[in-house]
Amino acid sequence: MSDTYTATPSLLKVARTIMIKDLRTEVNSRVILNQVAPFSVVIMILFAFALDNDGILQRVAPGLVWLATMFSMLVVVQRTFAVETADGALDALRVAGVDTRALFLGKSVALGVQLCALDVVLVATAFFLYNVQLELSGLLVVFVTVLLACIGLGFIGTLYGGLAAGARGRETLLPLLLLPVVAPVLIGATRATEAGFNSGGAEVSEGWPWSGLLLIFAVIFGVVGSVAFGPLIDE
Amino acid sequence: MPGTSTPTGTRATRMLGVVTLAFTVWLVVFGLVVSAEDVVQGSTVRMMYVHVPSIWVAYVAFALTAVVSAVYLSGKNRSLAWDRVAGASAEIGVLFVAISLITGSLWGRLTWGTYWVWDARLTSTAFLFITYIGYLAVRGLGGSFRQRARRSAVLALLAVLEIPLVHFSVVIWRSLHQESTVANSGTDVELDGLMLFTLFLGIVTFTMLFAWMVLHRQRALALQDAVDSHGLDLAIKQRQQEAEVR
Repeated sequence: MSDTYTATPSLLKVARTIMIKDLRTEVNSRVILNQVAPFSVVIMILFAFALDNDGILQRVAPGLVWLATMFSMLVVVQRTFAVETADGALDALRVAGVDTRALFLGKSVALGVQLCALDVVLVATAFFLYNVQLELSGLLVVFVTVLLACIGLGFIGTLYGGLAAGARGRETLLPLLLLPVVAPVLIGATRATEAGFNSGGAEVSEGWPWSGLLLIFAVIFGVVGSVAFGPLIDE
Repeated sequence: MPGTSTPTGTRATRMLGVVTLAFTVWLVVFGLVVSAEDVVQGSTVRMMYVHVPSIWVAYVAFALTAVVSAVYLSGKNRSLAWDRVAGASAEIGVLFVAISLITGSLWGRLTWGTYWVWDARLTSTAFLFITYIGYLAVRGLGGSFRQRARRSAVLALLAVLEIPLVHFSVVIWRSLHQESTVANSGTDVELDGLMLFTLFLGIVTFTMLFAWMVLHRQRALALQDAVDSHGLDLAIKQRQQEAEVR
């Protein structure tokens, strides 16, 4: 009797493979680097034109960083799922028996990593163009905030991106579905970054409770998303 | 049969409609004539008899959407009737949130001097409105009835999660709005007995109106599905005939 045995890879191993696949696609295409990052910097410059006041810019810089993140995220999510649906890759993954939880987790982490990279550019832009103050203790708060917010945004972006994937008019549907859900992240991340930047007299220590809100948000959408993603993409 | 129309009403819905109409007349009389003016707000307070029942109906509608969506997803026999009730309820919920936002803005202009303030309850309600507009957009995405039902049921349950999260974060972001006065026994604001009665009359009337609208709307959606399905059958039959001719 043949002694063949087909081992089912663990969920985390599959998720890791999916994540690497998504990041490799980005590294090869360089869409984030060549298109989305410049787009987000342009948004920051346009905010400066619109507000036209150094003092106000310094005060509202944290909000502008996160608004630019949200807008850029829409582009990244659409790009991620356009790649998946263009050649029926998402269906192929499903047919191949890939666990949807692993698919969700892998794609979410990859999206989170891309958003983190984007936020490094945006925080740097705020530092140089908006003249915000950033000390070492503040930098730690900003770092943790970026990390937690991007994990949460990765989960939400993947969940709703999967829902809109393959749908007619997804470009217009995605912002309508996604932006209301990310409002808590915008609020939490802006307040935490305000503390990190010392904007409006906020103390650095005031940022930590807001980071806690971001953590709760990320955990909730991580758990719920891994359950809901399967039925959403199961066409 | 061509040329005939299929009604969405039954004897029970017609009776409900008549009773709702009678209650509406009763509410108009009490709201505009019988109930007293407010000491501070004057006649402006009468906006309450539309504003509060509207948001009540919206909450009931979205709760019903969530419950029937959960029933659809959990049931072994996934009847599309649950999906149509969810869709009908969400449509009517969106309508009543819109009424609540409009009447609230007008009331706010008269009492606070502004159409809008960025407080927790107003902002959360605006998010509620946008979220369910998104839900209705997803229902219109196309695909099979089963796809529509599954997608929208999951989204309805996600909305149940999203709304409290948004509300909580907006509450800690900012809160200027007065606390609920009727439901919150901790406050010392008291409504006049007749005003309170008129308010509850409004809630009962609007709830009956909602029930009547949902019953009709879900039947209209069933007919719409039947028309779509019939169109598909016809198209398949035409293709088969074309193939036979060749």
